[in-house]
Amino acid sequence: MDLSSIDLRAIGAWFHGLLISSGMSQTGIHVIEALVGALLLLIFGLTLVIFLIWLERKLAGRIQDRLGPNRVGPYGLLQTVADALKLLTKEDVTPLDADRVPYNLAPGLAVFHVIMALAVIPFSNRVIGADINVGVLYLMAVGAIGSMAALMAGWASNNKYALIGGFRVVAQLLSYEIPLVLAMIIPVMVSGTMRMNGLAVAQGSIFGFGWFVWTLPLAFLIFFVASLAEGERAPFDLLEAESEIVAGYNIEYSGMKFAWFFLAFFMNSWVLAAIGTTIFFGGWQGPFVDQLPALGVIYFLGKTMILFFVQAWVRATFPRLRIDQMMSFCWKFLVPMALVLFAAVAIILKLNLPQPLEAITLLVANVAILLTGVTLLGRTQRKALYAPKRAFTPTIPRL
Amino acid sequence: MMIDYLPLLILFVVAAVFAAIAIIMPSLIGPKNPNKMKQEPIESGMIPFTDARQRFPVQYYMVAVLFILFDIEVVFMYPWAVLLNKLKVFGLIEMGFFLLILLIGYVYVWRKGAFEWD
Repeated sequence: MDLSSIDLRAIGAWFHGLLISSGMSQTGIHVIEALVGALLLLIFGLTLVIFLIWLERKLAGRIQDRLGPNRVGPYGLLQTVADALKLLTKEDVTPLDADRVPYNLAPGLAVFHVIMALAVIPFSNRVIGADINVGVLYLMAVGAIGSMAALMAGWASNNKYALIGGFRVVAQLLSYEIPLVLAMIIPVMVSGTMRMNGLAVAQGSIFGFGWFVWTLPLAFLIFFVASLAEGERAPFDLLEAESEIVAGYNIEYSGMKFAWFFLAFFMNSWVLAAIGTTIFFGGWQGPFVDQLPALGVIYFLGKTMILFFVQAWVRATFPRLRIDQMMSFCWKFLVPMALVLFAAVAIILKLNLPQPLEAITLLVANVAILLTGVTLLGRTQRKALYAPKRAFTPTIPRL
Repeated sequence: MMIDYLPLLILFVVAAVFAAIAIIMPSLIGPKNPNKMKQEPIESGMIPFTDARQRFPVQYYMVAVLFILFDIEVVFMYPWAVLLNKLKVFGLIEMGFFLLILLIGYVYVWRKGAFEWD
């Protein structure tokens, strides 16, 4: 088959023409097209998760010197399908003391928010659910529903572990939302648009020299660390720490209701990787993408998979943090650093330097702030480490 | 302009319907033989001896309050960030004042010990 015949715009135009020839009104056509798009996104998301769960289990297995799933299907690829079928046939147990309405609403909300988040992700120049001009803000708004679902599940289960898990969700997701949002504002400042597709277009040089990750490495680092926390991944997975609170907020859920939380977890991680790809790695940009728009989808999915791989890698490698360490890392390190970076980038952009000089200045500022921050952190940590830890405060006799 | 939001509305409906199916389906498909013991909250093999909803450390609530303050401030920055290229130097000074006020609050919260977990 000729590769160049795969033109997504042609498929769209063909479908559009088909609808027009059926003699429908303009609004009707819009509604039908949006409906088809929404269903495609939904199916894409659900199939993707089946693959992602397999991928992550396999990766974690390989990294930890195990085999990972390898029984069901080739390379264990059908393991997730088998798991889903098993969960479907399990009894749906609701605890007697549970708050029934929020208890049953929570898994639905968790699934709902990840599907909604898929809407503004640009898979390619034209393949995007809704190219709205407040894309980044929309993602923040939709993402906040996730922590609400977790809190509802934790509170409604009337279980001590679930409640601790729910409170940890609130503390962690809310805290790390601030560095995340502050890191996302910096590419918005540089490109002057909140459109997700606009952000991808703004990094438009062919071999990736214009990617924001080169000029704003610190912003990407802050974003990545915060997205690990937002994705509830190790080393920030203490809201579902198995060894302390068994499973966290979803402990009381059985069968398919538990599976929805699981699905939301994986899709959320993938969405965060996709946001990272779009705003720091040029999204669908890549060589020959202008001649062959369908390549954009491949580039986008490939880059996102790489980012997802790094997330899974981190998860399989690092031990869990303590909650006080996690909180002070966010509030005392990430937030001030992100604020300083925000101010520095704003000033540099306002200097109106010519193009290559501006990029170099941005890079230098990023690296300088990162080094200063890490040095200060190391110094204070060392001071705390070498301070004598006494169980009592000595009374100094006054003469 | 508003037509941009039509797909979102449709996706909202589709996602809501899917979520509703997701909630209702498990109770229709699976077997149903509930009993008292099964419906107790899990406490690692113990029969629960207190209600789960008890007093909780205040730091968690503090974090939620801080989040509201900081996140709203950051959301205010977004329209400014989009317009940064069109703003004159005065816009930069304005944001400087905004950040200064945010910084005063931040330092106050830090000195008060709201970030400390013991």
